[in-house]
Amino acid sequence: MKNENLIQYIYGIADNALILGQRLSELCGHGPSLETDIAMTNIALDLLGQTRSYFQYVAQLSGDNKTEDDIAFLRTERQYKNVLLVEQPNTHFGYVITRQFLFDVFHFLLLQELQNSKDEMLAAIAKKAIKEVSYHQRFSSDWIKRLGDGTEESHQKVQEAVNDLWKYTDELFHMTGDDVKTEELGIGINVALLKERYYQKVSEVLEEASLTIPEMKWFQKGGKQGIHSEHMGYILSDLQYMQRTYPNMKW
Amino acid sequence: MSEKDVKNLEELFEQKIARDEKIEPKDWMPEKYRQTHIRQISQHAHSEIVGMLPEGNWITRAPSLRRKVALLAKVQDEAGHGLYLYSACETLGISRDELYGQLHTGKAKYSSIFNYPTITWADIGAIGWLVDGAAIINQVPLCSTSYGPYARAMIRVCKEESFHQRQGYEIMTTLANGTPEQKALAQDALNRWWWPSLMMLGPTDAESVHTEQSMKWKLKRKTNDELRQQFIDQTVPQADLIGLTVPDPDLKWNEETGHYDFGEIDWDEFWQVVKGHGPCNKERLSARVNAWENGEWVRDAAMAYAKKQEDKGLKKAM
Repeated sequence: MKNENLIQYIYGIADNALILGQRLSELCGHGPSLETDIAMTNIALDLLGQTRSYFQYVAQLSGDNKTEDDIAFLRTERQYKNVLLVEQPNTHFGYVITRQFLFDVFHFLLLQELQNSKDEMLAAIAKKAIKEVSYHQRFSSDWIKRLGDGTEESHQKVQEAVNDLWKYTDELFHMTGDDVKTEELGIGINVALLKERYYQKVSEVLEEASLTIPEMKWFQKGGKQGIHSEHMGYILSDLQYMQRTYPNMKW
Repeated sequence: MSEKDVKNLEELFEQKIARDEKIEPKDWMPEKYRQTHIRQISQHAHSEIVGMLPEGNWITRAPSLRRKVALLAKVQDEAGHGLYLYSACETLGISRDELYGQLHTGKAKYSSIFNYPTITWADIGAIGWLVDGAAIINQVPLCSTSYGPYARAMIRVCKEESFHQRQGYEIMTTLANGTPEQKALAQDALNRWWWPSLMMLGPTDAESVHTEQSMKWKLKRKTNDELRQQFIDQTVPQADLIGLTVPDPDLKWNEETGHYDFGEIDWDEFWQVVKGHGPCNKERLSARVNAWENGEWVRDAAMAYAKKQEDKGLKKAM
């Protein structure tokens, strides 16, 4: 298929925004305070807005009358290329914030580079998105500090989340075949090169929050190849429910 | 303060209201005025945040990305309305925590309509069209109510609500013009939401305990029955326009009165839901209580952290 490497490359970026946006949407109306509820919904809105920009571009690239919704709702689980981190559940607010923080730091570094992509559309989306993501990163870093250095209970809860989610961070820096091919063309980013800056930034914030950086040998991977956790099927059954139940209709 | 002083203040207060001047938080006001406003504004604020739940139920399942984003933004607007209204209420000398306490213990009420379930996507259209439509009719007069902070909050709320109403009607229009299955979803949603929406405008005038006093304070400008008639007159042609049928066999245009005549409302159902026995009263309240209780450690952490930062700042300053 035409542009297949580029399309797959974009899935690798856009599916993270889609699935994390979907996860955050579950929380709307259930936040610990009205202010945090509104802020988290804002982040979800930003991510879903970015998703739409990417998928509209994919629709244009694939040139077979596909719409953004076909792409978002009608792929099979193995065709979604998001990392395992973003599909992890909203176990409690500590997990929500830690998942967000571990993703935001990566997302910011990625977009910083993507702004210089030779693909003009991707560069333009990245320029717009980075403004939003710089706010996300500030929001989640601030909350990591509040929870880490708040009460004993909050410290213990957020530390538990950091320990549990840490194993999903390494995957962020794995290069897929499509990453390599698009990077060669000056379109994609070599995420492996972001790794050092990532762990440095994450460690700074965790230290300031008086949290312990986990020492871990074994990491999880698979999302980038479409091999997801057991959570993913349930996310998709909500996400795809209407499109699967009432196929080929306009909403 | 002597009785005479109070009487003078009361007179000044009444004159102010008669001249359509705003009462501001620091102005003297009769205790009953304060209490009535706390009751109404908080009830309104609670309705906004409980109202997030039935619609929130469909965010993860919205049928398209555009609809998902619009619904998410809409539910977020409701949180924003809750925020301004709680703030307006706090100017009357009560804290947000106390107000939540009243909601969680069942002492304070919220709009009963939110105790109905949203069982299909079309319910999201019906809520926007009918429930927000009825809410606007209730709320537009409040933009010129006598209590300043409430009136100002309502101006902003009404602007957003009218956007929501159009968005809901647009969902219904899309469904009504869609496949037979989609049209059936829309009709079914109208059938289920029509009567509860009429009930939203409150009990009939004969049964309404607060109307008279509220009219005097301009907290209310029209009676419940007048508002209901206005809603019906406005909504029936909208249903006709998209080919949906209002589920009332007695509904008929009356040339003489220039209004629609309509059938009997099931007030037993209304009171059943108001008294806590609707289809989702328990679920709605427990969702709010859970959010509050599960969030306690988070709020505590934020407070403790802020205190530590403040202490650090003080130390530095010394």
